[in-house]
Parts: sequence; C-alpha cells; structure tokens
Amino acid sequence: MTPLLQVENIAKFYGARIGCTDVSFDLYPGEVMGIVGESGSGKSTLLNCLAGHLTPDRGAVRFDTRADGLRDTVTMSEPERRMLSRTDWAFVHQHARDGLRMNVSAGGNVGERLMAVNARHYGQIRDKAIDWLGRVEIGEDRIDDRPTAFSGGMQQRLQIARNLVTGPRLVFMDEPTGGLDVSVQARLLDLLRGLVREMNLSAIIVTHDLAVVRLLADRLMVMKDGHVIETGLTDQVLDDPQHAYTQLLVSSVLQV
Amino acid sequence: MSDYNFAYLDEQTKRMIRRAILKGLAIPGYQVPFASREMPMPYGWGTGGVQVSAAVLTPDDTFKVIDQGADDTTNAVSIRRFFQKTAGVAITEATSKASVIQTRHRIPEENLRADQILVYQVPIPEPLRFLEPSEVETRKMHALEEYGLMHVKLYEDISQHGDIATAYAYPVKVEGRYVMDPSPIPKFDNPKLEMAGIQLFGAGREQRIYAIPPYTQVVSLDFDDYPFQPTKADHACDLCAAEDSYLDELIVDDEGGRMFMCSDTDYCANRRKQGHVGAQGVPYAEDQA
Repeated sequence: MTPLLQVENIAKFYGARIGCTDVSFDLYPGEVMGIVGESGSGKSTLLNCLAGHLTPDRGAVRFDTRADGLRDTVTMSEPERRMLSRTDWAFVHQHARDGLRMNVSAGGNVGERLMAVNARHYGQIRDKAIDWLGRVEIGEDRIDDRPTAFSGGMQQRLQIARNLVTGPRLVFMDEPTGGLDVSVQARLLDLLRGLVREMNLSAIIVTHDLAVVRLLADRLMVMKDGHVIETGLTDQVLDDPQHAYTQLLVSSVLQV
Repeated sequence: MSDYNFAYLDEQTKRMIRRAILKGLAIPGYQVPFASREMPMPYGWGTGGVQVSAAVLTPDDTFKVIDQGADDTTNAVSIRRFFQKTAGVAITEATSKASVIQTRHRIPEENLRADQILVYQVPIPEPLRFLEPSEVETRKMHALEEYGLMHVKLYEDISQHGDIATAYAYPVKVEGRYVMDPSPIPKFDNPKLEMAGIQLFGAGREQRIYAIPPYTQVVSLDFDDYPFQPTKADHACDLCAAEDSYLDELIVDDEGGRMFMCSDTDYCANRRKQGHVGAQGVPYAEDQA
C-alpha cells in the first residue's frame, strides 16, 4: 500500500535557530496523526512545511497525487501545489478568522472552493453549501449570514465545512479546538471524528491538548525543540510514555 | 505652441507610456505597470486617461471627451480644453468625427470604427481588489489564472439580491485568459467591448495601463443558471424616443416628476436632428445645440 504522504528528513531553520529538523514519517490513507508538544516545539512550523505554506530547507514531502502517484510537493511548481491545496488538501486554522472570508456570507465561504475548481451553476453550488452547513450543524437559515454574526464554535465549524466541501483526502489542522470552551470543543471533536470516519480522511492534527489526540488520532508524534522525541500509537504513547519529556507532558494534564 | 511640449507630456514620458500601451495590446487584459506622472488635475479626475490620450494623440487627430456619456460636463469640458491648449488638436462632440475619444464610465452608443481609439479613465484597475486586498496575492491569482474568487462576488449578489446586482464595472474575461475590470461602465455597455476600435485603459493613481485590441473576445462572467444580462432603465428616451440607448434618470421637480434621457448626448442630439421626438421633447432647433 502506498502511503498518502511520505515525509523524509524535513528541516526548517530560522537563521541559526531550529524550526524543526529530521522529521520523517509515512501517513497512510484513513489514518489520523497527532503532533503534540509545548509552544515553540516546532509543531506549527512542521505543519506549515507539510502544507506548502513554508518552504523547508531540507527534505522531501511526497504526496500521492491522483494523476501521477507520489510527487514531491516541495519541488513541484507553484500552480500545481496551489491546485492541490484547493482540491486534495484542506487546512483548518486555529483562528477561524484566518481561514474564512469574514465579509462573505457562509454560503459564499463554502462555495468558494467549488467555484475555484470551476463550478459555475449557482443552484448546485447553493445546494452543496446547504448540505455541508447541515453536516456541520449550521442551520439552512444561516446560509446568507456573514461569519461575523456567528459564534466562535460556529465559525470553526463553518471553516471545516468550507474545507471539506471539495472532498479532500488530506486535512491539516492547526489547533482546531483552540480558544473554544469545553462543551463546544466536545461537540466539535465529535463532529470531526464523525467526518473523518465517514469520508475516510487522512489528517494531521497539531495540538497541545492531549485529550484531542486521544479522541481523534491513531498515531502520535511528540516534539520538543524542533525534534521528534517519541512516536507510536496514541494510546501506547499516552499510557506508557518512554521519554522524560513525554512523561512530564502526560503528567501535566490537569485532572478534574 | 512654444509654451508646452506637444500634448503636455515630454517625449520620454510619452515613449514610456506607449511602450506600456503596446505591451498591454500584446497581452489583452493584462495590467501593465507604468510610471504615472503628476498631472495638473486631481487623482480620480482622469489622470490615467489623460496620460494615455497624451501618448496616442498626433497633431492630425480629432479629439472628443465624454463624461458619463455627456460632452458638456465639467470634467469633459476641462479635459477637452486641456488638449486644445497643449496639443492644438481639433476637437469635436460628434462620435463619428473623432479619432481619439477619451471616456469616463460610458462607451458611445454609435459603433466605433477601426480607425478610432477609445481611452478609458479607470479608478481601480484590479477587479479582485475588494475581495483580496493584497496586491501580491492578486497578481499571483492573475498569473495562475485563479479566478474562483470573482464568482464569489457574483454568488453574493445572487444570494442577497436574487440576481446579479452588479450594474457597473462588471468583470469580464478577455480572450479566455485575463479577468479584467472594464472601468465603471454600466453592464449595458459590456457587449460593446468587442469592437472594431482600439480600447486603452489608463489608471493614473494605481499606475496601470491595460488594453483590448480590436475584435478581441470579451466575455462577461456569469453562472450557468444566472446568465449575464445587460440592463437599462425600462423606458424610452424622453427627448429622442430612442429605445436602444442607455438612459439617465433626471428628477425634474419635487412632485415625483422625472424624465429619462440618453446618457450619450451626441447620440441623442443626432436623433433629434433626424426628427425623432420623445414624450417630453420638443422638436430640434439649431440654436438649442
């Protein structure tokens, strides 16, 4: 079985400082991978390198394209990479405001990716937008409201709908539940888990919230100071941490 | 004529602008950056159009200026006088007699010929500007032909107004490649963008020139189920009875009285000369003109 994403020795430096270095892993279709670590450990740098927002200084990121199999996205041309990022990839930002057009209605936000791949039938675009708003539990009557009129949790769900509408195969998520209160977080996680299963999505989730990865991720990667210090199955890493830092991380979670 | 160089601008500047115009004609719809000069008028009054006109005018040309279709508004009169003074060219109000026509917000009703040049004044040349504020990003979108965002604007129109409510500056795709802002002409004029004459667009403040060569394909963007429709006031001209021209609405008293009249004053006057009389019009007399 070919991996969907093959990451080989990715490194990104900010001058002399390390962003992330020596990261390698394979991600298979349908698999969800969590990346945890403290602030400044290089999680977001790594995610941005994988999603093509940053150019890594070293290494290769190979994606299993529909047309010609594994291709290195670092060296592919910009039009191809941008095409991937609006069809086969999705990126869910921590702050919904970064991923949404705040002055465009919810329907327009969901429809944008469809129109970007040449959907030119208003009725069909609208039907699809209504369908997707329903799937993320946003009422049909809110379709013409702007995201500014939505609560934080709704904005985040709208961002997810907007990203998944073109049926991507790989979703990058950067702290998808950050800044939301716990009950909203729980519903969002429930929704995400359902969508991931239903659409057989592969996902890479960056978070510092261990509960999120426990729920969503099949595999876990722990990062510190730009290095991967521990990898394994989620339950294995969380229940039997080997590295001193992972042990610290797991024991730092507050118990209610 | 010793006070100014011919047509105000110095020869080097005109050469620079002509190079931009030629590049624009070679890549229809592409916005060519140029080193826009200070002109003796404020930005927004047609500094871009004036510079383009100055670069294409020759001593043998006949010059016409229209503002919202009219030859007799302040803007049109002052630009016409400007070139009368600095270039000494012949001026006219008749569309058919002009070889260079500078326009703001209209295309003349009369079809232009292959030996005529239409110069547009453009306030904001970037059609994607109100959706994407970053110039770096919009240039990239043009380069990579990523025009999905333009349809988001039309989508918003339909979802809010039930129809494509954009009535002017209606985005077009030129020769199947670049999406272009045709300057704030009413969408009624969009079909006329495919014409025999050369069309040049100058944006002074934004420092961009673009062009449509003669007989170039210009398609107004739309949805399959909401096709593009040029619209005008559902009325006939009250002065000349024309039913095919773009109309201005004029409030004539404070009791709800109004009249519609051709925005193209030359077209209207010609029709009245030929004896057409509208609902509120009086027969044409020489001294009126």
